[in-house]
Amino acid sequence: MPAEQISELRKGNRLALSRILSQIEAASPAGERALEELFPYTGQAHKIGITGPPGSGKSTLVNALARNLRDLPEKPKVAIIAVDPTSPFSGGAILGDRVRMLDLQGDKGIFIRSMASRGTLGGLAAQTEMLSQAFDAAGYQYIIIETVGAGQSEVDIVNLAHTTIVVDVPGMGDDIQSIKAGILEIADVLVVNKADHLGADQSVKHLQTMIAMGYRALRYAAGKHMLHETITQKHEEETPTQAWIPPVLKTIASDRKGIQELVDVILKHGAYLKETGLWAEKAQSAITETLRKLIISKLYTQWRQSVPEDALQDIIQQVSQRKCHPHQAIEQLLAYNKTTSN
Amino acid sequence: MSEKKIRVLIAKPGLDGHDRGAKVVARALRDDGMEVIYTGLRQTPEMIAEAALQEDVDVVGLSILSGAHNALIPQIIKELKENGQDNVVVFLGGIIPEDDINGLLDQGVHKVYGPGTDTREVCKDIREAVLAEA
Repeated sequence: MPAEQISELRKGNRLALSRILSQIEAASPAGERALEELFPYTGQAHKIGITGPPGSGKSTLVNALARNLRDLPEKPKVAIIAVDPTSPFSGGAILGDRVRMLDLQGDKGIFIRSMASRGTLGGLAAQTEMLSQAFDAAGYQYIIIETVGAGQSEVDIVNLAHTTIVVDVPGMGDDIQSIKAGILEIADVLVVNKADHLGADQSVKHLQTMIAMGYRALRYAAGKHMLHETITQKHEEETPTQAWIPPVLKTIASDRKGIQELVDVILKHGAYLKETGLWAEKAQSAITETLRKLIISKLYTQWRQSVPEDALQDIIQQVSQRKCHPHQAIEQLLAYNKTTSN
Repeated sequence: MSEKKIRVLIAKPGLDGHDRGAKVVARALRDDGMEVIYTGLRQTPEMIAEAALQEDVDVVGLSILSGAHNALIPQIIKELKENGQDNVVVFLGGIIPEDDINGLLDQGVHKVYGPGTDTREVCKDIREAVLAEA
């Protein structure tokens, strides 16, 4: 059945693709085999990560973006992986991103897959990467990965993408918020969505300031202070291919305003990555990261199977009664792994 | 790895704008540990079948309060079958007259729920139906 499904997937059978995606998500043996078979066909797609705070309009932006990507001359197929959180209490999830993507549903060249973050051992990022490989092998030229920007795992996911878009909205805080380390640093493109709301220009300025600070070191190592407008403009003129300066765009996704500009920037970024060799470099770091995650997951599973449940409970008890430190507990627990694997 | 996650599509076909019931059910299923894909209002049968296909769901839960169930349900079931998703279990909730229920069950609806249904009953039925399909 898998071999047949894989050739169906390659032929463009969407049900086969959908079922393989489920197998991959469940990390089943069939899913792993499918990935192994599909892997030689991957590496073609342009992966676009979109992240930002809840309510910033990511899904609506993805909706508009996918539409415009489909209108490109070569009519590329577009896949969307929309990640929503799994409840830590029930293990269930409500995946509601499709609600904002209603105009995409009549188009067979667009495939939307909702994904719950689940408690995946290999990490959400590795899981998302695996799903994107199936889309890649099925001939989807653009894969948009949308995730709530709330923590480290989101940073990981977008690190697997070629182009990372961070969505912000007016009124999310002052310039100190935007110079804080973290999610903004990963952006290749910054978008201020809902740009018709009060304070949009100010948000754009804050973000530009943040970028200017980050990139000033590239040219003005002597510590010259200049206005951010001058810096970004000059920089773009003088060193067009040296470094990518994340542009800040304004969009009103619900009215599809500013979307074509965003598509242009994404295409430009893709071309930039290929020209500079960063495309291959990114792919390699994605693979390294995926391998690392898979090893952690495999080792953990192996170790967990080697430890008897009562021994584990016993050690947990000792730690909670302050009889031994977690460090010591780990030594004891890891000892099991050695005895069984040798 | 772990037990299979049940994936449910909750959709509102046709022209009625009241989705409180659908949301309550979605929430109850989430709290029962299922993954619920919520599609929103005013869906055509094609849209629902397409979403079920892309999401590879085990269950489609439909909410209809408009009275158009006899027109919409057979179409949705037909679309699902045409897409090769014969295995998908279809549940229906809403304002469905007693006289229509048997007809709908014959069409392939697994069960029909009216106002006041205990959501625990829905969760239990879905688990049983999905287990039976597997």
